[in-house]
Amino acid sequence: MTLDMIMSHLYLVLAAVALTIIIGVPLGILAYFYKSVRKIILWVVEVLQTMPALALLGIIMVFLGAGKATVVIGLLLYSLLPVVQNTYVGLSEVDPAIKEVAQGMGMTKLYRLWHVEMPIAFPLIFTGIRIAAVTSVGTAVFATFVGGGGLGSLIYRGIRVSNMTMIMSGTLALMVMAVGCDGIMSHIEKRLYRRFSPRKTI
Amino acid sequence: MIRFEHVSKRYGESLILDDLNLEIATGEFTVLIGPSGCGKTTTLKTINRLIEPDKGKIFIDDQDISQIDKVKLRRSIGYVIQQIGLFPNMTVEQNISVVPKLLNYEKARCNKIVRELLALVDMPYEEYAHKYPSEMSGGQQQRIGVLRALAASPPIVLMDEPFGALDPMTRRILQDEVSKLQKKLNKTIVFVTHDMDEALNMADKIIFMNKGKIVQIAAPEEMLENPADDLIRSFMGKHSKDQEALPQTAADFMRSDIYSCYRNRGVREAIQQMARRKVDTLLVKNLDDTYAGTVSIKSIRNHGKDLKTIEPLITQENAVSYVDEDAQICFDKLLNGQDSYVVVLNHDGTIAGIVTKTSMAKSLADAVWGDSQ
Ligand SMILES: Nc1ncnc2c1ncn2[C@@H]1O[C@H](COP(=O)(O)OP(=O)(O)O)[C@@H](O)[C@H]1O
Ligand SMILES: [Mg+2]
Repeated sequence: MTLDMIMSHLYLVLAAVALTIIIGVPLGILAYFYKSVRKIILWVVEVLQTMPALALLGIIMVFLGAGKATVVIGLLLYSLLPVVQNTYVGLSEVDPAIKEVAQGMGMTKLYRLWHVEMPIAFPLIFTGIRIAAVTSVGTAVFATFVGGGGLGSLIYRGIRVSNMTMIMSGTLALMVMAVGCDGIMSHIEKRLYRRFSPRKTI
Repeated sequence: MIRFEHVSKRYGESLILDDLNLEIATGEFTVLIGPSGCGKTTTLKTINRLIEPDKGKIFIDDQDISQIDKVKLRRSIGYVIQQIGLFPNMTVEQNISVVPKLLNYEKARCNKIVRELLALVDMPYEEYAHKYPSEMSGGQQQRIGVLRALAASPPIVLMDEPFGALDPMTRRILQDEVSKLQKKLNKTIVFVTHDMDEALNMADKIIFMNKGKIVQIAAPEEMLENPADDLIRSFMGKHSKDQEALPQTAADFMRSDIYSCYRNRGVREAIQQMARRKVDTLLVKNLDDTYAGTVSIKSIRNHGKDLKTIEPLITQENAVSYVDEDAQICFDKLLNGQDSYVVVLNHDGTIAGIVTKTSMAKSLADAVWGDSQ
């Protein structure tokens, strides 16, 4: 195991999560705003996630060839569901009274989205991002099959030469990464929720 | 001035607003009242165009509001709702500053507004400005809700049952505060409630609605004196002068939380009971619970030291009345006699309660001003 492998694994995950946010959150907002596209968006992201990760990567590889781009896009498609869904649900579930007051005070739809609804929905959206990130750490193992590198190649090589140490160290590194990622993000998430939930002093 | 001309609104088959015509003068505190579902909220929301009427026109200062840009219109009208709806992601200061910011006021000016408004309701800026809504009680939150509506000095403020979810004490306090603010700032307020107490307490003018129609528009006193129909009269309830149903019998005026003891009790025990209850006489019962008479601390002091029981000291001189006796006669006994209370008996001879001058005054006060909690 080299530091290089860990870094490239992390890089894949980070790139995929960043893209997931950039694409997933707007998709969630579109689903919230426009009833006409809501069903389609939510259906597509759900179908994408039911596909086996390896098959998905294979299909993308047909178009983009082997390499990091294929992996990142595969991870992206695979992690859209929690982000899109949580964005949509988070925005929909903002207290209708708050939406009404915002409108009644003269906020435009976009102003309301940006200054009221998104901040209120943010903790839930963040939960979606955390789920996407943690899942991606595991899914990125398949990168090795489409020439993406990462810790998957270590484990795969270990399997081929029956080297238990190799397999175990790769797996351990993955687990540490997943647990660490989950831990840090859960911590942030708790603080986000606490900020909005009633901490009544009365 | 706000003017409705033939305003109607349908949802499907049902007519929710039925040809409303009304005028609300500038600086007036107008209360919309009526049974639940009569169209109060709908009426209110047509003013800031959260709801558009199907027919008819609404004018503000002779300008047809359907011709004004919605967003611009709403920024010039304050809006307060029952659910309060403070933005949980914003501090008190940020919440109050929302409309000023929408209107691009400068930061310093927003801050000045927040300070002035908080001072109006005695909430120190240092203590409250940076709190989040979830850190405050419901009453404090709705105070901020009201201030937020006032922040950009809108000439008109709409309030939809703003105190409906608050406890009676807080509600009363906020009513007074809003009344004061309205007089001080000379706002035109349209206030929805289904509580007649609240309407009478605050309104310059009451608009009574039922089933999407206006039944009566009148000043509070006038509505009290001449309610237009039975529904309004029933809303007035205890306030209505027509119906002024004063309590009529002794039972209506008595207090029933009284202390009594049996006639075979020891003297010492009776003294202790008087001391504990801080009374100078005890009601005494026979063993079958019928009224036997009274014993006073004075007679115990004079004669009772050697006695075993209070039995010999019982007198029947205290004034007595029965539960269904005319209250007037009962009062006469109390006011003209020497006794500090009248004992009220049930027809089977058991004790129902006593009428004291205090209980009498309290019942009269309730009848005149309504039950105080
Ligand atoms: N969006 C809607 N669709 C259908 N009916 C509605 C809608 N909004 C309100 N109503 C009906 O209109 C009537 C008046 O409602 P509302 O103005 O809220 O009454 P109030 O505020 O006096 O209690 C009610 O019968 C209610 O059920
Ligand atoms: Mg209502």
